[in-house]
Amino acid sequence: MELLNKIFIAPFVDMVAAPDFLMQVLWEGLVSGVLYSLIALGFVLIYRSSRIFNFAQGIMVVFAALTLVGLHEMGVPAWLSVFLTLAVMFGLAVSVERIVLRPLVGQPDIILFMATIGITLFLIGLGEIIFGGENKQMITKELGIPTGSTDFDILGGYVSFQHIDITAVAVAGLLVTSLLLFLNKTRMGRAIRALGDDHQAALSVGISLQTIWILVWFIAGIIALVTGIAWGSRAGVSFALEVIAYKALPVLMLGGLESIQGAIIGGLMIGMLEKMFEIYWGQPILGGNTESWFAYMLALVVLLFRPQGLFGEKIIERV
Amino acid sequence: MLYRTAGQFKTSYRADQALFPIKQDSFLLGIILICAWVVFPLTASEFTFQTILTPILIYSLAALGLNILTGFAGQLSLGTGAFMGVGAYACYKMITLMPWMNPVIAILLSGVFSAGVGVAFGIPSLRIKGFYLAIATLAAQFFLVWLFEKWSWLYNDNASGAIQVPNLDMFGLYVAGPQASSITQYYLVLIIVSLLTYVAINLTRGNLGRTWKATRDMDIAAELIGINLMKSKLTAFAVSSYIVGVSGALFVFMWRGAAEPNLFDIPLSFRVLFIAIIGGLGSIMGNYLGAILIVGLPVVLNTVPAALGIHIESALVEHLNIMIIGSLIIFFLIIEPHGLAQLWRLIREKLIIWPFPH
Repeated sequence: MELLNKIFIAPFVDMVAAPDFLMQVLWEGLVSGVLYSLIALGFVLIYRSSRIFNFAQGIMVVFAALTLVGLHEMGVPAWLSVFLTLAVMFGLAVSVERIVLRPLVGQPDIILFMATIGITLFLIGLGEIIFGGENKQMITKELGIPTGSTDFDILGGYVSFQHIDITAVAVAGLLVTSLLLFLNKTRMGRAIRALGDDHQAALSVGISLQTIWILVWFIAGIIALVTGIAWGSRAGVSFALEVIAYKALPVLMLGGLESIQGAIIGGLMIGMLEKMFEIYWGQPILGGNTESWFAYMLALVVLLFRPQGLFGEKIIERV
Repeated sequence: MLYRTAGQFKTSYRADQALFPIKQDSFLLGIILICAWVVFPLTASEFTFQTILTPILIYSLAALGLNILTGFAGQLSLGTGAFMGVGAYACYKMITLMPWMNPVIAILLSGVFSAGVGVAFGIPSLRIKGFYLAIATLAAQFFLVWLFEKWSWLYNDNASGAIQVPNLDMFGLYVAGPQASSITQYYLVLIIVSLLTYVAINLTRGNLGRTWKATRDMDIAAELIGINLMKSKLTAFAVSSYIVGVSGALFVFMWRGAAEPNLFDIPLSFRVLFIAIIGGLGSIMGNYLGAILIVGLPVVLNTVPAALGIHIESALVEHLNIMIIGSLIIFFLIIEPHGLAQLWRLIREKLIIWPFPH
């Protein structure tokens, strides 16, 4: 009885009793959800255009953020280090395509997946050697990102909004919009989608696999940099950031591996629900730290009903 | 020349179906077995036992378990580490609740628990496929590791949150714990690994193995020819998790001596997956080759700079190791995506037809 009360009644009573706290929890969840969505977006882009499950997306976030901070520490002005970081990410995209993907074209999915884990390990080692393993401060001030927070009077209490978070949400919105425009309205975007639909047909109408792959990995690199800046300014830049990559995987499952809307909606859902679960159920009943698995369990339950995720392409199987 | 097959005629189907139809293969296996059972134990030092021989055997057993699931039944799993953990914790609980229990029996029984957990997490595989399933197995990974940390009954409520292997003896000989000698543990691991490998080879060659392979190659087609997919997938999960669980128990009891929950975290899963894939999916021998590479490589890399007289900081060496392992994984995938086992198969083929390649 006590337990049932704790599960079904007490949390909701708490929510109604302190609506401002609920708002705060939801806002925090939304912000982490935005970041999950961004990482998931990088995954989806690469998966759509090449059917590669890019495990390295998480480490690309760390690598981009580390490069940015590391360059700035060497005395490069902030704006220049952003451009240099983008150049590094472009270099990374080209070398990944040249060295790793080109020889592996047409191999089974799992081999390509393993190759991206290989890339992950390589980047971890390289990043540690060049930039060191300690936690670094993100250069928020130098990049002109507002810091501080504003308190709003909502529902008879205060909800505090960090300016960094507001900026992150706005930038993410902008990024997603421009990405959707790029994919849907430009020649290159159409080529990317064509490649995702059918490799061979796309090749036969003259779409260059190499160019598109480099482009897609570069876009994933840009997304990684934005994610790195946003997340880094909340928690600092270190290899601990890598764990957020594991948060993006259930987002993909929930939203569907091919769907951009899925990545966004899935990310926001998981961000908010896992925060709520942790605060209202996880900590009182289960001893906390449920965020490490809640998203996976949620996605697993959803997948039992929709095996392709909420927005994934319908799986049609033929013999 | 070495592999001249001329003159080896088969006069019965039984002979044709034998495990090693070519004499040279059994000869080679004999040499390897003699090395493993006699030569290595006689010559190896404490260091070699602890850093090379025992871990290679344990890791290859874990990879064998994973390979049955991924290589033979086609269900990609990223949760191997957690299933090893289930085996280890089950063994620990049995040993501490029933101290009179024979350690070997406890280790073999602990696999049963992880098989149960494996089947429970395998149920979604009936609906979920491919990468979706891979992420679903990550649910098991994260949930179980969280459980190892939060459920204090599992580690007998001790303050450190870690499990410590007590001294265990069998017929007056210490087999686990601080007092056990490496050579006893090595032999024990070797016996269990040989036994399970033998079982696995025969399982994969038999009816069950063919059912798994049919499921792997195309599950709808398999269903159409009358294979019960549920049975096939769940037995694969059960057998695989059993072997992985036993290897987890060996991992802690025969090698590490103690374990914290984060030991079973995702890097362990990936390490086993590397071994299985670099060794070759769908091959039993590949697991051993992969384990030799993945376990042996860091040891070699650690000794090379010292041997060359170059002094490098240990942190740098560690990071270089990660980089080198990452690049080697890519390298091996590029030269032979089907793994080291396939590489050996090609070499053997070449040896058989040498010196007349037509």
